[in-house]
Amino acid sequence: MKYPESYRYTREHEWIHLQGDVGTVGITHYAQEQLGDIVYIELPAVGQTFRQLQAFGTVESIKTAADLYMPMSGEVVEVNQEVVNHPEIINQSPHERGWLIRIRVHDPSEFDRLMSGQEYEAYVEQSS
Amino acid sequence: MRDSNRTAQHITLEEPLLFERSQPGRVGYSLPPMGVPETPVEDLVPDHLRRDRVEGLPELSEFDVVRHFNRLAQWNYCIDRGIYPLGSCTMKYNPRLNEVIARWTAFTEAHPYLPDEFVQGCLAIQWHLECYLSEITGMDAVTLQPAAGAHGELTGLLLIRACLEDRGEKRTRILVPDSAHGTNPASAALGGFEVVHLKSDERGLLSPSTLRAAMSQDVAALMITNPNTLGLFEEDILEIADVLHEGGAFLYMDGANMNAFLGIARPGDMGVDVLHLNLHKTFSTPHGGGGPGSGPVCVREHLAPYLPVPRVAREGDRYRRIWDSPKSIGRVKAFEGHFGVHVRALAYILSLGRDHLRDIAVHAVLNANYLMARLKPYYHLPYDRRVMHEVVFNDRRQNPTGVTTMDIAKRLIDYGLHPPTVYFPLIVPGALMIEPTETESLEELDRFVEAMTQIAREAAEQPEVLRSAPQRGAFRRFDEVEAARHPILRWSPQGFPPAWKRVSRGSEDVPIRDEK
Amino acid sequence: MSVRYLPHAPEDIRRMLEVIGVDSVEALFQPIPEAVRLKVDLDLPPAMSEAEVLETFRRWASMNRVPPEVASFVGAGAYRHYIPAVVEDVVRKPEFFTAYTPYQPEVSQGTLQGVFEFQTMVCQLTGMEVANASMYDGATALAEAVLMARRIREGRHVLVARSVHPEYQQVVHTYLRHFDVSIELVSWEPETGQIDLDVLQACLRDDTFAVVVQSPNALGIVEDWAAVRAALGDHPAVRVACFTEALSLGFLRPPGAFGFDIVVGEGQSLGLPVQFGGPHVGLMATRMEYVRRLPGRLVGVAYDRNGRRGFVLTLAAREQHIRREKATSNICTNQTLCALAVTVYLALLGPEGLHRLALLNAQRAHYLARRLEAEGWQRPFRGPFFNEFVVRHPKAPRIWEHLLAQGIVAGLPLHRWYPELAQDLLMCVTEMNPPEEIERLVRMASSE
Repeated sequence: MKYPESYRYTREHEWIHLQGDVGTVGITHYAQEQLGDIVYIELPAVGQTFRQLQAFGTVESIKTAADLYMPMSGEVVEVNQEVVNHPEIINQSPHERGWLIRIRVHDPSEFDRLMSGQEYEAYVEQSS
Repeated sequence: MRDSNRTAQHITLEEPLLFERSQPGRVGYSLPPMGVPETPVEDLVPDHLRRDRVEGLPELSEFDVVRHFNRLAQWNYCIDRGIYPLGSCTMKYNPRLNEVIARWTAFTEAHPYLPDEFVQGCLAIQWHLECYLSEITGMDAVTLQPAAGAHGELTGLLLIRACLEDRGEKRTRILVPDSAHGTNPASAALGGFEVVHLKSDERGLLSPSTLRAAMSQDVAALMITNPNTLGLFEEDILEIADVLHEGGAFLYMDGANMNAFLGIARPGDMGVDVLHLNLHKTFSTPHGGGGPGSGPVCVREHLAPYLPVPRVAREGDRYRRIWDSPKSIGRVKAFEGHFGVHVRALAYILSLGRDHLRDIAVHAVLNANYLMARLKPYYHLPYDRRVMHEVVFNDRRQNPTGVTTMDIAKRLIDYGLHPPTVYFPLIVPGALMIEPTETESLEELDRFVEAMTQIAREAAEQPEVLRSAPQRGAFRRFDEVEAARHPILRWSPQGFPPAWKRVSRGSEDVPIRDEK
Repeated sequence: MSVRYLPHAPEDIRRMLEVIGVDSVEALFQPIPEAVRLKVDLDLPPAMSEAEVLETFRRWASMNRVPPEVASFVGAGAYRHYIPAVVEDVVRKPEFFTAYTPYQPEVSQGTLQGVFEFQTMVCQLTGMEVANASMYDGATALAEAVLMARRIREGRHVLVARSVHPEYQQVVHTYLRHFDVSIELVSWEPETGQIDLDVLQACLRDDTFAVVVQSPNALGIVEDWAAVRAALGDHPAVRVACFTEALSLGFLRPPGAFGFDIVVGEGQSLGLPVQFGGPHVGLMATRMEYVRRLPGRLVGVAYDRNGRRGFVLTLAAREQHIRREKATSNICTNQTLCALAVTVYLALLGPEGLHRLALLNAQRAHYLARRLEAEGWQRPFRGPFFNEFVVRHPKAPRIWEHLLAQGIVAGLPLHRWYPELAQDLLMCVTEMNPPEEIERLVRMASSE
């Protein structure tokens, strides 16, 4: 299926994949489809911290722009420079090569409050 | 396609950028002699703050410059060439008389800091325009200072804010229906307000019950566009005004669409507290390729003390400027607003006068309804009601063959016509928003209808023709995605960055990105 | 009776009503509540013929007294310069003035290429990397620059030179008064009229997010950008430079050469008449790294399907029609036709013409300053100036009135802006003030 079960998802269409206390964050396939050709992405600097569901960046396509929301609270430890330079990668591979940032999470329990792959798929079907 | 309907076949001369045409030593100017004894240059301004030339400006002869801009002009569509049905933009004829008057040196040479007694003519013009706009809108006072519609919106909201502060009320929210112009929420945010969006009902209108549910002590105002961006008159406007006023809030009307009921009814009689007008829409001043516009703000008595300064007053047959007013929000712009635009708008009002101002609305509404009736058999009409000055269709009936609104728009270019506003308002997916205005004749409307019906047929039978449109003009469809990914926003002496590389593909020369 | 701007004959209307399926035009207005439909005519003058409209405006025109009938030495943010015939010819082309915002690039390349050329020229003038398609005027461009600075740096405190054009200051106040921001003024150094750098440094706070300085400033004085830059050191506040006389940039090194972050100003001098204050045109430029914080329209290079180079509106996701309440500004249009005039003007003058004209302005202004000094007028501020300068005289207000009666407007009495400068006049000299006019002013000003 499109939405990996091991990831968790927000209602704002971000995903997070947790390995130990480091989470990889991106936007979902559905989100990139809605945006269309992504032309620009603005991401925070390493070292910045955000609360769960706080806006941490923006993504822009020709026709629209959207804020990015943090799936879990944490500190940014890595930024995917490749997508900053080539935002089209997000369209091509939203769940893998198109990841945006890695964070050191503050509260692992937040993970369980997010949607599972199945739940997210149902959520997306409902909203489209 | 009939030959007579074909796009003007331009003499498509390539025209490089001014900078690419530049030849060192060419001259396009003449100067008077110095005429006074000179000071050594180094005594004028110290060396480290001076430069000898602005590097990069082009060097061209006068005729080079004339040719350049004439060739650029050929690539532009304009209202003087044909119908320009951009919904919400009111692209009507710009009377030539107004252009002549606005260029008189008595007006163009008037410096805004000349004493009042030297600029009585300018002040008289502004005073009369304010009076007539008050009468036309049914409001009590007017400022001509705002430079454009969006600037007027900001001004209007700041007036509301100042009045609330004066009353000691803290109201932080502005309600904006989803059928509003995009500038409305942006202006509200710039005015320091929080924006709350209201959903239109199944009629495409704002229902008083939706408004009631959104009312609270925090609501400062509702910003309503009337007629709204679906071209529909907000039929419950009187009740809407009552709900707001009972709740202690203001009614702001975006008057961008005043063309629809000029002389038929007045916002002031509908309970509107403040509105802005767009002189470049309703009052026929030229759009200039995107400005300058002018966005006067009209208010009822209770908001008048907060209007920007200076204000123009008449005493007997003399006019003077009032520079200070204790409760004024201050200035929103340097000097007195777009006076050159005020002259044109006043000339327009005088030309039509009380006899014919309402004929503008009559013909505008007639034309929009005629287009609606003629195009309804071919295009989906999401809100099928009596429209005012514009009508919104969409591409739902063309979608099955893969044709979208963008394709329809681009195909119109092949027919030698300007497309309507597309993908707006946002509440209609794939919107085609058509505003013919009152100055299009029956033949022009029929020409548009013929092209649109032909396109509907093509959408069903040869959709690929639409997807590859335009084909007949000087330019094909642009790659706007690459333009935004790798923005090149100026020329530089090195030419354009090597991010672009041209590659021959069959007979075409296509740009590809150099990945290195 | 029909009207000249409306096309339909009665028979056309009849046919259209039939297609619509209603029997009268009145029926079309049925959605408007009956209660508010006007029952009487508006209280406006009756419709006029072209000749009558002309006559009406001719009467108003005759009530103005303007140059060349009067000799004007007023600048102060709006400058009389010669406008070459070609500029007027280009902006009167219907393809430019009767078109709208280039939403459809395939049929708007004329406007788009013109704006792209304009953006490039603004970069060259200001020494910056990127410029937008123009703003309403210099004052609103400055207000937008301060708002932009607030998107770049957090903070609640702005420093603005007191010698920034006072009307620009007022607009900044109006735009910012509802945000949690305090605006502090930094006065000038009494000897030179340049910004007081000691005060500037002392006023810098941790939460200062922008510093705004104008040159030539409202006293006509040219600021020392190098010194201002040095005084700011490595303070992170966004450095905003402003100008009201764009012609000065033909003669002065631009703020961009001194490390400023945003440069804004008024472009009216470059091909637009003063026309009682507008329309003029705001110029706005910045560094490429801040381009997504920049308000207003931007035109960029694009290629069409055949690989042909052209131009499109780009980076629109910053703008109000997409971002709505999160947009960088609510600005929707710009001043395209005015920007086009500037582009034509600069194309005609070129680097040499602009420099020579600027020099001519400076020389004539310095000549008048010397002559007035010789006649006993003081020049209170000794910093360098371009085409405007302040002169002081104990009887200045009376002399000014006296000259006015002779049809000479001897500059702007500065008490209007700065109450303490009650004996000071701000004089402006351009190429439109011929040597005879300068001599006449000197003669009359000293005969008092």
